[in-house]
Amino acid sequence: MPDPTTLTDDQAREAVTAALLRIVPDADLDEVGDDGALRAELELDSLDFLGFVEQLSASTGARIDEDDYPALRTMRSCIAFLTR
Amino acid sequence: MSDFTMPSLGADMDEGTLLEWLVKPGDTVQKGDLMAVVDTSKAAVEVESFTDGVVESLVVEPGTRVPVGAVLATFAAAGAEPAPPEPRKRPSRHAAKMPVAIAEEPLVSSPLVRREAERAGVDLATVTGTGRGGAITRADVAHAAAPPAVPAAPHARPSEGRRGPARVTPYARRLAGELGVDLDRLPAPERRPVRATDVRAAAAGSERPAPERPEVAAPAQADRREEMRRTIATVMARSKREIPHYYLTLTIDLDRALRWMRERNRDLPVAQRLVPAALLLKAAALAAAANPGLNGFWVDDEFRPGSGVHLGVAVSLRGGGLVAPAIHDADQLDLTDVMAGMRDVVTRARAGRLRRAELSDPTITVTNLGEQGVESVHGVIYPPQVALVGFGRVTERPWAVDGLLGVRPLTVATLAADHRATDGFTGGRFLAAVDERLQSPEEL
Repeated sequence: MPDPTTLTDDQAREAVTAALLRIVPDADLDEVGDDGALRAELELDSLDFLGFVEQLSASTGARIDEDDYPALRTMRSCIAFLTR
Repeated sequence: MSDFTMPSLGADMDEGTLLEWLVKPGDTVQKGDLMAVVDTSKAAVEVESFTDGVVESLVVEPGTRVPVGAVLATFAAAGAEPAPPEPRKRPSRHAAKMPVAIAEEPLVSSPLVRREAERAGVDLATVTGTGRGGAITRADVAHAAAPPAVPAAPHARPSEGRRGPARVTPYARRLAGELGVDLDRLPAPERRPVRATDVRAAAAGSERPAPERPEVAAPAQADRREEMRRTIATVMARSKREIPHYYLTLTIDLDRALRWMRERNRDLPVAQRLVPAALLLKAAALAAAANPGLNGFWVDDEFRPGSGVHLGVAVSLRGGGLVAPAIHDADQLDLTDVMAGMRDVVTRARAGRLRRAELSDPTITVTNLGEQGVESVHGVIYPPQVALVGFGRVTERPWAVDGLLGVRPLTVATLAADHRATDGFTGGRFLAAVDERLQSPEEL
C-alpha cells in the first residue's frame, strides 16, 4: 500500500478513476471533466459514494474521514486531497 | 413426491425464464436452499427450495421460458434412492469432430434450438451443451454462432469428456459482462460449467476496476428495461385504480440523529460507517412494528398483517427502472445490520441478482428519493401492500426550537397509505413514531 503523501498527480488520478469505475462501470469520466461534481454527474447516491470512499481509501492507504467528503467533490479536488 | 415449480415473484408475474441450475440430480436439499436462478422482468432472482428432499431430475433446461407453476424439477419421494447421476457424457469439441463421436446424437430437447442452429449454420455436433446433462441450449447455439474470442484450449482432453474453459452457463456469462469479469481468466471448474457463483467470487476478489460493459450485454439489458417499464406500468396503474390512497406529511428535525451518526462514524473505518438512510429505514421499521395496521397486505377485501416487518427499499437502477427488495425483520436488526442489509440489497439489485423472498414479500416500502434532491415524495403504494413511506432530501432550514430560531437539518417524511386498511389517525401516529425514534438515535 503506497504512502499517500508520496502519490503523484497521475497516481492519484488513476486511483480515483479506478474507484469510480468500480462503482459505475460505464462512467464517462472524460465527459465529467476535472471540475464536474462527481456525485451529481455520475448520479452517485450515498451508498455509491461510501463505496467510492472505501475503494479509494483501500487503494491509496489514505485515511478519509467523513469531514473530508467535501474535498472529494471533483476529480481535481480528489487529486489535491490525495496528494496533499 | 413433490415438484419444484416456477414460483410467482409478485402478482404481476405470469412466466419466467430459468437461467441457471444451482443443484443437480442426486443433490440433497433442505427447505430454504437455493435451487435455481430465474429471470423475471424485474431482475434475476435466486429461488430456494420449499421442501426438504433429494433432487430427482431437472425438467427444464437453462434458457427456457415457462409459465408460473410449471414443473422445473422433481424431488424423489422421501426415503427413496436418488436417481443415478446421468451417465451420458457429451463429447468435447475435439472428440465431436472425430467420426466415432458423431454417432452420438447431440442432446437437444427443444426443436426451437434445432431451428436456431439451422438458421445460424451451426453444426450441433460441434456445440458444447451447458444445459441439463450437457443438453444444448439456445444460448449455446448463439455462442457457437459467434466466432470465439480465443481459440479453443489446445490441452483439452477428449478422452475424459472434460470441456474447455469456454463452458459457462448463459447467466454466468451475462453476469460476467455486467460485473466486468474476464471469463478466460477464471479457472475452469471440474466437471461442471462456470456458474454465476464463480463469477461473483471472482468479481468480489478482484481488485481491478471493471472494464466497460461489453456490447453483447446491451440487447439483453434493453429488453429487460422495456419489460421492467411495462411491469411498473401495470402495477402502478393497478395501484391507482384500486387503492384509495391518503397522504400525510411531517417535517422531521434530524439534528440529533445526524450529530450522533457523525460522532459514531468518526471512530469507524469506512466500511462500517452509517449513512443517514440507514437511520431513516430503521426508524420506519420500528414505527411499522408499532403500527401493525400499516404493515401487511390487502388481499380479498381484507387486511392481512405481515409476519414481521420486511422493509422494502426502493432502489433505482442505473439506466432506468426500480426494484424494492426487502430487508427482512428490519425492526429486529441493529443499525449496523440494517446498514449492511441495505448495502447488500442495493448492490445485488443493481447487479441483477436478488432472492425470491426479497422481491415477493416486503410488508411496507420506503423510498428515499431525497437522495436525488427532491424535498418530498408522495408515493404510489405497491400492491398488495398498504403503505409507502417517503423521505425527502435533508436540507438545512430555519427551524424554531424552544422558542428560538435555529438552522437545522430537516427532512420531510411522507406516508401514502391505503384508506381501506387504515385511517389517517393511524397514519399520523406512524409518522409521529418515526419522528420520535429519530430523536433518540442511540436507541435505534
